[in-house]
Amino acid sequence: MLTDITIGQYFPGDSVLHRMDPRVKIVLLFFFIVGIFIFDTRGAYAVMSVFTLLLMLLSHVPLRMMARSVKPLWWILAFTFLVHLCSTPGEIFARVWIFDFTYTGFWQGFFVCLRLVLLILLSSLLTFTTSPLALTDALESLLRPLKRFGVPAHELAMMMTIALRFVPTLIEETDKIIKAQQSRGSDFSSGNLMKRVKSLIPILVPLFISAFRRADELAMAMEARCYRGGVGRTQMKALQIGGVDYLALAVTLVFAAVLGALKVVGV
Amino acid sequence: MPIELKHVTYTYMPQTPFERVALQDVSLTIEEGSFTAIAGHTGSGKSTLVQHLNGILQPTSGQVLVDGTDLAARGKAALAARRKVGMVFQYPEHQLFEETVALDIAFGPKNLELPEAEIEQRVRQAMEFVHLDYETYKDRSPFQLSGGQMRRAAIAGVIALQPKYLVLDEPTAGLDPRGREDLLQRIVQLHKKEKITIVFVSHNMDDIARTADRVVFMDQGKVLLDEAPAKAFFAEKEIAQAGLAAPQMVTLLTKLREKGLAVDPAAFTMEDGVAHIMKALREAKSC
Ligand SMILES: Nc1ncnc2c1ncn2[C@@H]1O[C@H](COP(=O)(O)OP(=O)(O)OP(=O)(O)O)[C@@H](O)[C@H]1O
Ligand SMILES: [Mg+2]
Repeated sequence: MLTDITIGQYFPGDSVLHRMDPRVKIVLLFFFIVGIFIFDTRGAYAVMSVFTLLLMLLSHVPLRMMARSVKPLWWILAFTFLVHLCSTPGEIFARVWIFDFTYTGFWQGFFVCLRLVLLILLSSLLTFTTSPLALTDALESLLRPLKRFGVPAHELAMMMTIALRFVPTLIEETDKIIKAQQSRGSDFSSGNLMKRVKSLIPILVPLFISAFRRADELAMAMEARCYRGGVGRTQMKALQIGGVDYLALAVTLVFAAVLGALKVVGV
Repeated sequence: MPIELKHVTYTYMPQTPFERVALQDVSLTIEEGSFTAIAGHTGSGKSTLVQHLNGILQPTSGQVLVDGTDLAARGKAALAARRKVGMVFQYPEHQLFEETVALDIAFGPKNLELPEAEIEQRVRQAMEFVHLDYETYKDRSPFQLSGGQMRRAAIAGVIALQPKYLVLDEPTAGLDPRGREDLLQRIVQLHKKEKITIVFVSHNMDDIARTADRVVFMDQGKVLLDEAPAKAFFAEKEIAQAGLAAPQMVTLLTKLREKGLAVDPAAFTMEDGVAHIMKALREAKSC
């Protein structure tokens, strides 16, 4: 069923990662991603993999759910690996048709894929442990310095909040409309392409109408409560950097030092 | 032959932190020709329950049989069984999509691949049935109708399928008193004249008192009570547990009796109740 999709992927909980300030999480994630690309020795990869694994365990998000976030990229990973495997010159260990498989290719493919997987896992750790609302709050706060250059930080964040807020609602709505049209005998899963596309009309038209109606109602409701943009607006739950965040910062610094040392030594 | 639910359990979003058991071991038989009302608090599982009746939701465990055919089965027999059950969802006007009212109502019959002439015939009948004048409204856009008219057009879209069983999920929600009254009359007529079996979901016990010949109370995904109205309306404990209120007429008659007027609280429909009170008053005066 459509409503079984968990969008935004937030996994409610109370782990250390959940309690961190979202801004700190975003900034640290940024550094990790840069790190993944700078430190490319085998030793560094090992350290980073172990670290990611530790973070995953620390988050209390079931590994099954984490694995699910990698699943959609399975094909890209397989393809990347294969391309590296058979297009890198080096010592050949197998040959299929016109393709030469090399050891260098194997390792190169493996590390590129590992990099991608680490990237996905780390970023989904952010979305798993941070509620969409906290995420947009953090973005607004991080973008605020750019306001001077005309970046509408508050408006962007508000737009994102609203969009995220309405994703589940629209999914629910779609689900309801599909059910209703199915009860009237429409069939979405058979017939040729033309017929299938046509069978979407009875879903899309009511969906758009309801989306517009909701947008209209929301605008009205916001205006009725005197919303007029971000000027002078304060927050009930202001973001605050606390002990956990300093700890995370310290851990990251140590981590960076280790990786730097490994790079210098060349392992 | 009836619709039978056997030990139906349904879980939304299983194996996620949002998991929610909406139905728990529900067994229920809806007899052919009956008018069953399903009442219960918000979130008690009424909508989830009725969506099982035409196979839109498949039970997580348990079975739903329509005229003896299991809806979970694949193949023609199960499809035919599902089509016997028409379903009017909560706020059905949100599913309108065609350019004209007539085309929208014809959507269902077209999916059944009926001949053109028959489709037109059915659309005409269905529209007349819900009191939308065919000539006046057939070429109007459904989005230019009033809320109540939209609701009626949407219901006509289901009636045009000519189902043997008709399920209505809170069909009167959000209508004005006149529209509500009118719609209820239409539904009662469908039941009486066309001999369609009706399953009617409602919060409103007064509506139920006037229409149903059987009442099911739901509470937290379970069937709390399944009785004839004459018994159901006096099960004070269950009514309170389900978060409902007894029909106004029952409350009124009970109170009058406490005050010493000789009325029978079992006269819970508006007409019966009024007649009873009049009679009791007249008798009280004459002596
Ligand atoms: N699509 C869904 N996904 C997850 N949970 C759901 C979904 N639909 C309903 N539920 C949950 O299942 C329970 C039963 O819901 P249901 O819609 O059947 O209640 P209802 O009795 O029809 O309520 P109402 O009177 O408000 O229409 C509720 O607690 C609801 O939160
Ligand atoms: Mg409901």
